[in-house]
Amino acid sequence: MGTAGDSLAGLRRDIAAIVTADRATEAISAQALEEERFPLGLPALDRAIGGGLRRAALHEVFADQPGDAAAARGFSLALTACAAFDRPVIWIRQDMIAREHGELHAPGLMEFGLPPESVVLLRMGDALQSLRAGHEALRCPALGAVVVELWGTPRALDLTASQRLGRAATKAGVTAFLIRTGMGAAPQPSAALTRWSVRAVPSAHLAAGAPGAPAFEIGLLLHREGYPPQTVRVEWNRDDRAFRKAALSRPVAASSGDRPLASPGRENRPPGWNVVPIHGDRHERTGWRKAG
Amino acid sequence: MAIAMNGRDGGKPAEPGSPSAPLVVVARIKSALRIVQADAHARRLGLRPGLTLADARARVPHLALADEDQAADLALRDHIADWCDRYTPLVGVDGEDGLQFDITGCAHLFGGEAELRDDLMARLAGQGFTVLSAVADTPDAARAVARHGRGGLVPSGTEREAVRPLPVAALDLEGQKLRALTRAGLTTIGDLASRPRAPLAARFGADLVDRLARTLGEAVHPISPRRPVPELLATRRFAEPIALMDTVLATLRGLAQELDAMLAQRGAGGRRFEASLYRADGAIRRIRIETGRPLRDAAIVIRLLSERIAALADPIDPGFGFDMIRLDVLAAETMTTVQSGLDGRQHDAESLADLIDRLSVRYGQARVLRFTREDSHVPERMARLVPAIAPEGRPDRAGGTWLQGQAGDPPAQPFCLFDPPQPIETLAEVPDGPPLRFLWRRVLHEIAAAEGPERIAPEWWRGAEGALTRDYFRVEDRNGHRFWLFREGLYAVEIKHPRWFLHGLFA
Repeated sequence: MGTAGDSLAGLRRDIAAIVTADRATEAISAQALEEERFPLGLPALDRAIGGGLRRAALHEVFADQPGDAAAARGFSLALTACAAFDRPVIWIRQDMIAREHGELHAPGLMEFGLPPESVVLLRMGDALQSLRAGHEALRCPALGAVVVELWGTPRALDLTASQRLGRAATKAGVTAFLIRTGMGAAPQPSAALTRWSVRAVPSAHLAAGAPGAPAFEIGLLLHREGYPPQTVRVEWNRDDRAFRKAALSRPVAASSGDRPLASPGRENRPPGWNVVPIHGDRHERTGWRKAG
Repeated sequence: MAIAMNGRDGGKPAEPGSPSAPLVVVARIKSALRIVQADAHARRLGLRPGLTLADARARVPHLALADEDQAADLALRDHIADWCDRYTPLVGVDGEDGLQFDITGCAHLFGGEAELRDDLMARLAGQGFTVLSAVADTPDAARAVARHGRGGLVPSGTEREAVRPLPVAALDLEGQKLRALTRAGLTTIGDLASRPRAPLAARFGADLVDRLARTLGEAVHPISPRRPVPELLATRRFAEPIALMDTVLATLRGLAQELDAMLAQRGAGGRRFEASLYRADGAIRRIRIETGRPLRDAAIVIRLLSERIAALADPIDPGFGFDMIRLDVLAAETMTTVQSGLDGRQHDAESLADLIDRLSVRYGQARVLRFTREDSHVPERMARLVPAIAPEGRPDRAGGTWLQGQAGDPPAQPFCLFDPPQPIETLAEVPDGPPLRFLWRRVLHEIAAAEGPERIAPEWWRGAEGALTRDYFRVEDRNGHRFWLFREGLYAVEIKHPRWFLHGLFA
């Protein structure tokens, strides 16, 4: 934690140590919550969507490919951390998702920038129940965010259901996220204010070829306020709870052409490490026949 | 007050059937079929419990038989005990065929002890049960008079006289002691009562003296109630059964307001409430709610109750209507009224607690969860999910803080964890390095970057036999998907062919 001072979170921690922890975070969050939009941290992106995402609205997140479900969840988690800012979060998951993609892991949430003590997890049997629970949760204005995770394209999620969620979010002033992953999760008519598609991209590797910070390619598919669709590569900085522009990593550079990659610094690595040079086309995807 | 069903040998409701044939209930005792119960008709013919069926058949050839079903008998007794909740919350069980009630402070609701007893007898008779009952100052005196005397009301302070003529069997002693007493010529309780106690205790045991004192009304052995005794309760009886759910809810609202006032007087709030609906035909439906914090606002109680009712798997069937409705506070806690701050944060915490209560009531506590930190370094045991409504699940009571990663580093733990870990097939360059590629759910992932191993030893103090060391690797495949893999077992030290697992997904 030596260089805590150079990150925003480090400064916050320092302040919290000086003043009492509670009052410091209260002051920050109260100030942040007064605005009706929350910034994502990447200036170009924030400008392109009118200064940030609208707080009291429904936002829908899709995985680009079935294999990108974790990336879609990670992006939503990042948005939730931005929106909630230490306020309580209600996270509603269908049981199917926990079976296919794993259960939420509290230390991992903390590492991602969302304190687990502010999360209330609801395990729901089916989509209808999840949507109803989401609607019920959105009646509570004290929340920072409500996240509803649905599997596939359930029949219960029609235009009316999303309208109800959106209206409830607007009325309570709480941000609602709808994460749609799993087999057959496809955009359909919905009342969500924004719709995003997320794809995992190779991260900027750290020293010794370790995977770096979470990196996504996020595509804004639809914005009801009229901002044009766009695609950005971003990296999540959990210390500042903000996105930043993705640093170019080697595989990204390689993906532009078909030429084989040079060995990524094998000589620098301790003997136990065996990151292999990569050949072949990055776009070649193996069939994802089984759910998940 | 005590009741015993159908006489001293424990009876059954008169079963419909041929009224002419005497009915006996038989069971196999010591390899012979013996009578365990006999109805009034059979008893008039001299058939007593204990008689073998062969003897009974020889005396009365046209005998109707029924097999003994002890479980059903007990269930029936419990059902009647539930129903008797309408008279007092303190209902105790007395043997297989009797019940005891503490009606202190309840009798006036029915117009007096005699009226309460008459009402109980009439209602039970109306349901086809024949019972004996007695009201006395102490449970044991009432029991003796009900089972061995003529029942009825024993005026306060006259227990001694009432039980004197009863046989010693009324003391509920085991067979051997009873025989010893009879052999000594002591046949009535009066015989015992007039004798000095010390020699009796020396010869027949302290138990006899104790029972004698209790039966004579000198000592009181409290009734142990079957169900938890509510701290507070409010009841409404109806002359005509009500069948409309709206009316039921309106009644509950009235009861909740009564409880609200009572709780306010005590400066307390309820944590557990139970509504009991007594159907006219004896069936009872109970609806229980639990709240995360002390509560007494009638409106919130009613909202939780109606949500619970709406979420019931088998809806409430009013049948011919409910003739009594009761609302109990099963657990109460001191409730401090907090002045709401100007910034409304107190209000926020309250509205979140309200939301958690509502969701827990509607979907069940097992579905509304919070994370608590556990003192362990094994990933799947680092956190535990507990019901959000439970006080120890509150963030302010959870011990310690979550480990925060080093600033600038990527997350070291995934936010989605598989339990159990998913087995994968891998191909590694060297046995103790990270894999080159792995196959998970039929998809091949070529690894582009890896970090590790992070070695996590098993918790030997848990005594998990055969638990193996895990080497964790954070890997990224060529499409940018990040995974958390581990190899179970140290190569060539713990295991010959370590297996690989996928434990979590990073973003």
